[in-house]
Amino acid sequence: MRRRRTVGAVAAAAALAVGLAACGGGDSSSDESDGNGGSEPAFSAATEGIVNPSDAKGGTLRYANEGEWDSLDPGDTYYGYSWNFANAYYARKLVTFKNAPGAEGGTVVPDLATSLGESSDDAKTWTYTLKDGVKFEDGTAITSADIKYAVERSLDKETFPHGPTYFNDFLDGVKDGFSVYKGDTLDSIETPDDKTIVFHLNQPFSGFDYFAGLPATAPVPKDSDTGSKYKNEVVSSGPYKFSDVQDGKSYTLVRNDQWDPATDQVRPALPDQIEVALNVQKEDLDQRLMSGDLDVAVTQLGVGSAARAQVLADPEQKKLADSAPINRTWFTSINSEVAPFDKLECRQAVIYAADRTGYQTAFGGEIGGGDVATALLPQTIPGTTKIDPYPVSAPTGDEAKAKEALAACGQPNGFETSYSFRAERPAEKAAAESMQQSLAKVGIKVTLKPYPQDDYFSLYAGKPSFAKKEGLGLMANGWAADWPDGYGFLAQLVDSRVIRETGGASNLSVRDPEIDKMIDAAVNETDETKRQQAWADIDAKTMEGAWVYPGVWAKVLLYRPETLTNVYVSSGYDGYDYAALGVAQD
Amino acid sequence: MTEVLDESAPAGADPKRPFLEVRDLRIHFPTDDGLVKSVDGLSFSLERGRTLGIVGESGSGKSVSSMGIMGLHRTTNARISGEIWLDGDELVGASADFVRRLRGRKMAMIFQDPLSSLHPYYKVGAQIIEAYRLYNDVSKKAARQHAIDLLGRVGIPEPTSRVDDYPHQFSGGMRQRAMIAMALACDPELLIADEPTTALDVTVQAGILELIRSLQQEFNSAVIMITHDLGVIAEVADDVLVMYGGKAVEHAPVRDIFKAPEHPYTWGLLSSMPRMDRARAERLLPVPGSPPSLINLPSGCAFNPRCRYDERTDGLALTEVPELRQAPGKPGHSVACHLPAELRRKIFSEEVSPRL
Amino acid sequence: MTTFIARRMVAAVVILFLVSLITFAIFFLVPRLAGASADDLASRYVGKSASAEQVHQRAEQLGFTDPVLTQYADFVKGVFAGREYDLGGPEPLDCPAPCLGFSFIDQDPVLPDLIDRLPVTLSLAAGAAVVWVLVGVGVGVLSALRRGTVFDRAAMAVALAGVSLPVFFTGLLALSVFSYTLDIFPPGGSFTPITENPFDWAYSLVLPWVTLAFLYAAGYARLTRAGMLETMNEDYIRTARAKGLAERTVVLKHALRSTLTPVLTIFGLDLGLLIGGAILTESTFSLPGLGTYTVQAISSNDLPKVLGVTMLAATFVVIANLVVDILYAVIDPRVRL
Repeated sequence: MRRRRTVGAVAAAAALAVGLAACGGGDSSSDESDGNGGSEPAFSAATEGIVNPSDAKGGTLRYANEGEWDSLDPGDTYYGYSWNFANAYYARKLVTFKNAPGAEGGTVVPDLATSLGESSDDAKTWTYTLKDGVKFEDGTAITSADIKYAVERSLDKETFPHGPTYFNDFLDGVKDGFSVYKGDTLDSIETPDDKTIVFHLNQPFSGFDYFAGLPATAPVPKDSDTGSKYKNEVVSSGPYKFSDVQDGKSYTLVRNDQWDPATDQVRPALPDQIEVALNVQKEDLDQRLMSGDLDVAVTQLGVGSAARAQVLADPEQKKLADSAPINRTWFTSINSEVAPFDKLECRQAVIYAADRTGYQTAFGGEIGGGDVATALLPQTIPGTTKIDPYPVSAPTGDEAKAKEALAACGQPNGFETSYSFRAERPAEKAAAESMQQSLAKVGIKVTLKPYPQDDYFSLYAGKPSFAKKEGLGLMANGWAADWPDGYGFLAQLVDSRVIRETGGASNLSVRDPEIDKMIDAAVNETDETKRQQAWADIDAKTMEGAWVYPGVWAKVLLYRPETLTNVYVSSGYDGYDYAALGVAQD
Repeated sequence: MTEVLDESAPAGADPKRPFLEVRDLRIHFPTDDGLVKSVDGLSFSLERGRTLGIVGESGSGKSVSSMGIMGLHRTTNARISGEIWLDGDELVGASADFVRRLRGRKMAMIFQDPLSSLHPYYKVGAQIIEAYRLYNDVSKKAARQHAIDLLGRVGIPEPTSRVDDYPHQFSGGMRQRAMIAMALACDPELLIADEPTTALDVTVQAGILELIRSLQQEFNSAVIMITHDLGVIAEVADDVLVMYGGKAVEHAPVRDIFKAPEHPYTWGLLSSMPRMDRARAERLLPVPGSPPSLINLPSGCAFNPRCRYDERTDGLALTEVPELRQAPGKPGHSVACHLPAELRRKIFSEEVSPRL
Repeated sequence: MTTFIARRMVAAVVILFLVSLITFAIFFLVPRLAGASADDLASRYVGKSASAEQVHQRAEQLGFTDPVLTQYADFVKGVFAGREYDLGGPEPLDCPAPCLGFSFIDQDPVLPDLIDRLPVTLSLAAGAAVVWVLVGVGVGVLSALRRGTVFDRAAMAVALAGVSLPVFFTGLLALSVFSYTLDIFPPGGSFTPITENPFDWAYSLVLPWVTLAFLYAAGYARLTRAGMLETMNEDYIRTARAKGLAERTVVLKHALRSTLTPVLTIFGLDLGLLIGGAILTESTFSLPGLGTYTVQAISSNDLPKVLGVTMLAATFVVIANLVVDILYAVIDPRVRL
């Protein structure tokens, strides 16, 4: 899971269809997307098209972060906004997301490579060829060896603990404790010449282009690698380079004159300079955004509650906001290891009895919270169609069906169980309380158990022995996709093999060998349409087993000041595409 | 009123007006419990080179009236009326600033408790220098020399080094000497000493009184010596004013106060004074009762609840406030008592005097 | 005086030692007593998808597997001799003496961070202190001299509000009015080092100063007023007046000096403890000082940073106490050290 403190916005399913139709099926090889045309500022306009389209260069684009990056090192970062930011300014990868609004922005296009990956050997081998004229900020040409080295070094999870482990898991022959700093090298990445790079996987994986788009494939010159210190002295391959890095305070980027726009189809590189302020107090940040002292809230978590009220109350402000659906679902895991949830009907009773509106309200309602979810996969993920396997008589819960289910699992009078949530998260607490009330109506008595969020997955809810001992039948959970496809969303969430006795897994409850088999099949499927259907089937199968109560498909309320040009929400980044943003020129 | 105007208009130029003249001084304090009449119609006068002793119990108004002369009630909510003439200037009606400029230069005051009356954070010398430089435009060095001279004159040993001491490094007697030095810094013509020896050792007392007396002779100052100790009065005063309940009850030359006092309260004070030449059993007959409330003075003579002889006034003591009148046949001696003069003198000589 | 200072210096070292011991125990011993294993602690400092072996390895690298006393000894040794951490990577990471800890998250020595952020907090503290002492004492004096007047009542009402209102409220209100609406002062997050441009430095800090000072000035106004009322009744004030001093001199030279003694005591302690007050102010105004650093350290569970800040704060308190004691003797000659 990409740790998305960041929440971005993606086009709603309906808007997607419109958008796709408008640009002729979203051919990924087409040039600059202009199919959606420009939109006048209006509420949620950037979820449907480009707001303030412009190609005017110049100015300083001002970002602010209420916290700070996990790391600027492309090989050691796992925040969605960080991937967005690195991609936009200083980290070019083999492939990247298309420079386009909505779902089209979730399609993969070549970046440093001349084309998408060519697979052979049943999708176990992937080959890319580099473009000519791509250079580091010091003018050195980027070679395939630089990319190989970048991927290799990122495998060292001791030195780079933050990033994802896809390459560790899928590249052939990566031993435990692999480290380039201990002299380890990898045979499964080949560089037959300076332009060619070949990846050998330990299993067929049809979606490898998404891996090739991870920041870890951004080239790193070996001579400049200083291990964990590289994060403060990253060598740029993109249109901008760092001119000043003040840990915990601010970053400044200026134009990289070695970057050749002719090699780059996704980055218009409009501003002359990028400034980022770190650790800005949230309310202050929102106010500065609205008063025009700032251009972008970089984490894209959405405006705070005070600013939200302010924005929604004022029509002039509201038209500068976007209620953007994102690839995130808030849900409740139903733990089959805690009786009587070992019985299917008892799990189903929870889904029937739950107050869907109450759960939605707990997360902030329709704007800023999200839509009531009826399955795990967010509707923003391509190929997803809405399913509702447990229709209810009222959005506030179906007591009759719930009681029926309880009778069927031998608990007609209900039972007692516990519900865990992250103590620091008021929304999860409110959702837990809503569940507690709605379940009480059918005789299920729920005890609420808050745990600290830092150790929620590693020591508490995520540790199976602990969850069982404490009788955690219901566990608050939330998940965001690393990229907008079924694998990116579901792989870590419903595969029972990721559950470890030592704790730490994000899958808290789905234990179905059949689902595991379906996942393996989907991963191997090379046909995109069939693959999308396979993931949709997995989603349906998960709901069939009632392993989770799906709560809310999340949305965030984003704010785009009038100073910003070329603003659109891309499903590739779950928010505004930073590569496109420019500053209004007076 | 015209009379008053006629009198006060040319007063400043009146060569016959005494150096200090207090006329019908009233100092009242409004409080939540009522009006406190601390001083109520006090009049007296004083010439340079003379010492007036004011005696009375705590709360009789002796300190309040002296503070009134100094103008130190101006920062409080006191209501002050009457007249205070000092060397031709009327002070009650004068501006606060005018009176302030007289303080320290024309009139100075020595307080009862020298420890609390000296600023604990400033050096003794600095406090004297501050007073001196206020009215004398001299260099710090010259002022310091002046302070050393003053300390030497008031009997501080090694004044050159002690000038840099803090008050807490001085003994009680030395502190009082320092206070005196400070008061004398600008050669004041009127010196008010408010219980200057009360807080001191008996052995030190005499030295301080001697000092005040010699300095007075040197500067030809007028001195008001406020005390409840008749021993002190006997030592230094030329005239004595006995106060009771905010009023003067007897005003006489010091000899008369001790030899032929006419007010029963004065008799009481005298009989409560220890005398080494009398037998023990007869000593110390304190005035019975306690001082009157200044908010609700007893009707008639304020002293009547404590007076043994009030029944001999035909009831006047209970109804009428006695006026301060000249005692028949004794110029310079006045008394406020309803007892007929003959009777008073008879009672003193037959009943009171033998017990003294 | 010299022996006093020497004695206090020794005491200060002992206190700092104890503070470090207690803080260390809270962060490293208590979780162990509560049942967390060395690996549980280390699991926060590895990637989310780390295997059990990786977690264990990190636990060993960070020294969590050693007895807590050994860890503490290593910490103390680090302060004097520096330390090296081998966390993988091209070469072991160096934490030169005085090594006040090594961040588990940033993998950097803590001390340079603290030194880097100290000027911001010092700027905030010093400026706010000047404002609150001047305003607090000034208002307190005026209030005392005009006791019972409209000014006095109004000042004391405002003072009550100042003591009761939290910084994040007054701070946001100040930002909202003077920055966003009126645009007189810069928004939060503005900080210019004094070495760069003293005017910008002061200008960018006016709102934080006033906000923080408001909190403290209120207390000082009340304290000064009470002290002043008491002092003005002292015999030596009467003496000063009897000398013929102008009322202004009486108040400013004689009364204020005595009143300031208790104010100074509180001031020293407040100044030492200001890192606490700075946390909220710095967060509200997004100033990159020690306060925000502490918040970040706590929220990311970066114990060495928290330990470092605690040590620094303790040092400040100890120094402030020492300075207050010395100043006390300077102000009140009756106190001899």
